[in-house]
Amino acid sequence: MPNIAVWAIFLLPFLSFLIIGLILRPFFNNRPMLSAYTTIIAIAGSLILSIWALIAVNGAENHVLTDVSYQWLSIGDLVINIGITMDSLAAIMVVTVSTISLLVQIYSIGYMKGDGGFARYFAFMSLFTGSMLGLVMANNLLFLFLFWEGVGLCSYLLIGFWFHKPSAARAAMKAFLVTRIGDFGFLVAVIFLYVKTGTFDIGELHELALAGVLGGTTLTLAAIGIFSGAVGKSGQFPLHTWLPDAMEGPTPVSALIHAATMVTAGVYLIARMFPMIASSETAITVVAIIGGFTAIFAASMGLVATDIKRVLAFSTISQLGYMMLGMGAVGMGYASGAIDEHHAMALGVAVAIFHLFTHAFFKALLFLGSGSVSHATGTFDMRKMGGLRKIQPWTYATFLIGSLSLAGIWPLAGFWSKEGILHEANAYAPVLFWLAMITVFMTAFYMFRAVFLTFHGEYRGGEEGSHGHGLHESPKIIIIPLVILAVFAVIAGWLPVGDFLGADVHFSFFGALTSWLAWVSLIFGFAGILLAYAIYGRKLLSAESIGKSLGPIYTLLIRKYFIDELYERIFLMRFLVDGVFVVLGWIDAHIVDGAVNGVAMVTMTGGKVMRRLETGQLQVYGLAIFVGILAIVAFLFMFN
Amino acid sequence: MEFPYLSAIIFLPVIGAIIIALLPGANPRRIKLTAALFTAVSFALSLALFAMFDRSIDGPQFVEQFSWIPAFNVQYFLGVDGLSLPLVLLTTFIGFLAVLISWKVDLRIKEYFAWLLLLEMGILGVFCSLDLILFFIFWEVELIPMYMLISIWGTGRKEYSAIKFVLYTLFGSAFMLAGILLLYLQAGTFDMIVLAGMGLDSILSSMMAGGIFFLIIVAYAIKLPIVPFHTWLPDAHTDAPTAVSVVLAGVLLKMGGYGMIRVSVSIFPETAERYALLFVVIAVIGVIYGAALTLRQTDLKKLIAYSSVSHMGFVLLGIFALSEVSMTGAVLQMVSHGVITGLLFAMVGLVYYKTHERSIPRLGGLVRQMPVIAVVFSIAGFAALGLPGTSGFAAEAITFVGSYGSTIVSGIEIYTILAITGVVFSAGYILWMLRRVFYGPPWDEYNGVPDADRLEKVYIFAFVAVIMLIGLYPVIFTNVIKMGIQPIVGMING
Repeated sequence: MPNIAVWAIFLLPFLSFLIIGLILRPFFNNRPMLSAYTTIIAIAGSLILSIWALIAVNGAENHVLTDVSYQWLSIGDLVINIGITMDSLAAIMVVTVSTISLLVQIYSIGYMKGDGGFARYFAFMSLFTGSMLGLVMANNLLFLFLFWEGVGLCSYLLIGFWFHKPSAARAAMKAFLVTRIGDFGFLVAVIFLYVKTGTFDIGELHELALAGVLGGTTLTLAAIGIFSGAVGKSGQFPLHTWLPDAMEGPTPVSALIHAATMVTAGVYLIARMFPMIASSETAITVVAIIGGFTAIFAASMGLVATDIKRVLAFSTISQLGYMMLGMGAVGMGYASGAIDEHHAMALGVAVAIFHLFTHAFFKALLFLGSGSVSHATGTFDMRKMGGLRKIQPWTYATFLIGSLSLAGIWPLAGFWSKEGILHEANAYAPVLFWLAMITVFMTAFYMFRAVFLTFHGEYRGGEEGSHGHGLHESPKIIIIPLVILAVFAVIAGWLPVGDFLGADVHFSFFGALTSWLAWVSLIFGFAGILLAYAIYGRKLLSAESIGKSLGPIYTLLIRKYFIDELYERIFLMRFLVDGVFVVLGWIDAHIVDGAVNGVAMVTMTGGKVMRRLETGQLQVYGLAIFVGILAIVAFLFMFN
Repeated sequence: MEFPYLSAIIFLPVIGAIIIALLPGANPRRIKLTAALFTAVSFALSLALFAMFDRSIDGPQFVEQFSWIPAFNVQYFLGVDGLSLPLVLLTTFIGFLAVLISWKVDLRIKEYFAWLLLLEMGILGVFCSLDLILFFIFWEVELIPMYMLISIWGTGRKEYSAIKFVLYTLFGSAFMLAGILLLYLQAGTFDMIVLAGMGLDSILSSMMAGGIFFLIIVAYAIKLPIVPFHTWLPDAHTDAPTAVSVVLAGVLLKMGGYGMIRVSVSIFPETAERYALLFVVIAVIGVIYGAALTLRQTDLKKLIAYSSVSHMGFVLLGIFALSEVSMTGAVLQMVSHGVITGLLFAMVGLVYYKTHERSIPRLGGLVRQMPVIAVVFSIAGFAALGLPGTSGFAAEAITFVGSYGSTIVSGIEIYTILAITGVVFSAGYILWMLRRVFYGPPWDEYNGVPDADRLEKVYIFAFVAVIMLIGLYPVIFTNVIKMGIQPIVGMING
């Protein structure tokens, strides 16, 4: 496969962005469909090239097809390259990203129809996809950071796509700012690593770390810095607060952000840097703990959310926590010496990326499904839905498949990838394993709560004033992507992703059911489904009375543990804006600037006094001149 | 003798100013076209110089050197090297755009443009002079047009701001003049190249070297500005007319950073090294303190003005980390900030011109009424917060890497990390401002407010192009800048 074709994978969507931004939008604004077609053709091109790359990587030596760098800048001892690599990890990622993105774009034609910002939407989507593809192919940290921020910019633009809504503008700002706090740590780590090792090249950093040249506190600090970037992007605790609010963007954008292009970047980063991060026991343990904690923490908030997209958002945070946990657990195993280096490096990446891969399909499916539902009802509030099963059979069927897959029910995709993570967690991080198991139960519960509230029972009216032509199934352009994604949500787990990434994963369709772990997790999963059925399907138990009896806990969950209040009201508004900044402002106006004005006043007064010295008597002047000269001479004499 | 390029670049605006003054009548169009023509030619010449510049040798090029006042060994000595050439290019670029930005000025047009061109001459002279007396004269010359421009064509408390600016600068200049004269008494020359090669640090007593160093640097510290000498800046920027704010933030501040490198560090490298810690600490305070004050501003123009205080902290950090990479980054940051903040002020000017409102709480939802302005303002904002792909990131990243890796000051890693927190703050105030001004539901009172017209689009897109160009390919500048920085760093390590 020629080099240029590999570069084209991420350059095609960039080209599409430029074409739309510089040609179509200014000159063909009356034909918005052109923008959609341009985007779809470009991403389809990326997908074809990605599949080609995947096949070529499979046949290449060491599974590395390309690894090239060109010098971009050189000053003194600072050399910055731009370069890409196409190895098995990058290949899996580009295929996943371009597949999901392509389906989302097709769906968007239907979903965004008639929106005033149609061309702008597709321009941003192109840029978004191109940035993510570049991110997964970059072979040095600084070049990666370029795309990393590009992805952040695009999510800002797309979350705030309907900028006339104050909540959307606010959510966009929040997303960028919260992730930037993590990016601060990432940037510091990149600079720190460069100063210590003299390279930004990811491969060289791994060699240095595995050889022990890069180690100790240096490595731990750098690894934690990089992880802080991932915490921000992947919405891990304590920087998770932006992700639920990011629902303000158009639904296909949410699908893309949650499945392929934004939040997965954090998990990908840790996977890409895994050999380095796993070389620090402290750092990888932090990854495992944050991941495991986030998984159950986010799932608990998903239990009570009433907005279907928010349920899915909490679910994403939780599932990303799983992926972090998977890598963390393998890394802890490696650190304790239980797994040898060669095996551990492949396994850590494999368990996380396999789950990222399957999650991409069913999560995109669920988001697009929720979009299809709101297309009919005009709302995302599940309390106003219900009974849509008969009206939207295709949406219902695909949504159900996605939910089962997410709940980890055999033999759907989610089952296989989740088993991989649970297996490693059980082996190397037993406490976190049980947290993850409880999370399985919660996941099944909140997903089926959503299914029963949305599709079963009686229709509860939808949004007031929503389109009056009655409920309807969505058009084909929306249904077809759902069906394709549903197929993947079933079969994606059967694909040998783990083997491709170098880990020996033995796939056995029925053999998987012989392990106790599989049965325990299936029992937890079914228990969650049954409880949801009992409460929301058959109404054997009343949700209201449960909520009342668990009053304080319910409040805690629905208010998201008051973390938004803590960050925004108390820390940001009270402490910074009304506290520190006011004090600094007062100092600047009254002390720093006050001194200046004070000096001016003293000078003015002094001038009035001095004026009296100008007596016009030559003797006085002469005396002054004489004293002055004496002083100058004395000064020169002293210093020579 | 070859063509005196530098004299031509410096004095073309003066000729333009004289012609404008002598033009019969007051045909505004003719005045503006004259101003545009002369600044454009000056810009074109400096572009040509940039292309012809030999990137493989250090030391000044395009030199013009004549004896001027033989009794005191004062010379008319011009030349540019890698340090000054990018700033000359920046000045002529912004000088030309400032004329376009001023197109809608309608008060005493003749004087306005004459002063604006004289201002450009003064700044260019500072960047090209290699004789301290000549340098000082140009440094002072710039004050008069600036005073006139702020006090006559400004807004708000314009007289107060103008006089504050002048007095503050004069205060620094007095110290600088004393330093220069003392330097002359010690070294017997005003020739900056000779002075830099003398190794004055070891010839003079450390007290004398330190004394001269601090006398001179006060002027630059005020100009850059560094905390706590910054309070003239928000007043002057806010009350100046738009084009003057653009010049002020775009190039005038850079005289301070330039002076620090060209005079203070070049002539007294060891003294600079000795006091580096002090300046690095002040730089970090400036970044954070400036950002915190920026976050409080509710006046659009003041917000941008305060952000300069924070961003100039990066420049100070890069200069006094004293490594090749950090100082190259600092100079690139000066160029980058010049373009970005120049654009931001131009955008504020446009918003103000069209809405007659600058108070952020009284603006909102403008993206509907002025989409082009909103987009360009956002691009400038993202460049200011250091988004990769824009010049802001390239300059800041190089400065940070260079500072972090510097061995001049112990513990500079911590100071650099503290300075990097500035990128979180800048994201905060920029995004908050964009949201308040442009997003949210459109306001009825701004219905019918026009978007940028064709001329306005020309200059704002020119700014954007330069921001992206430097961001994607900073080598264009860094290859030049490092040729100016290398010899200076060589003296520190040598």
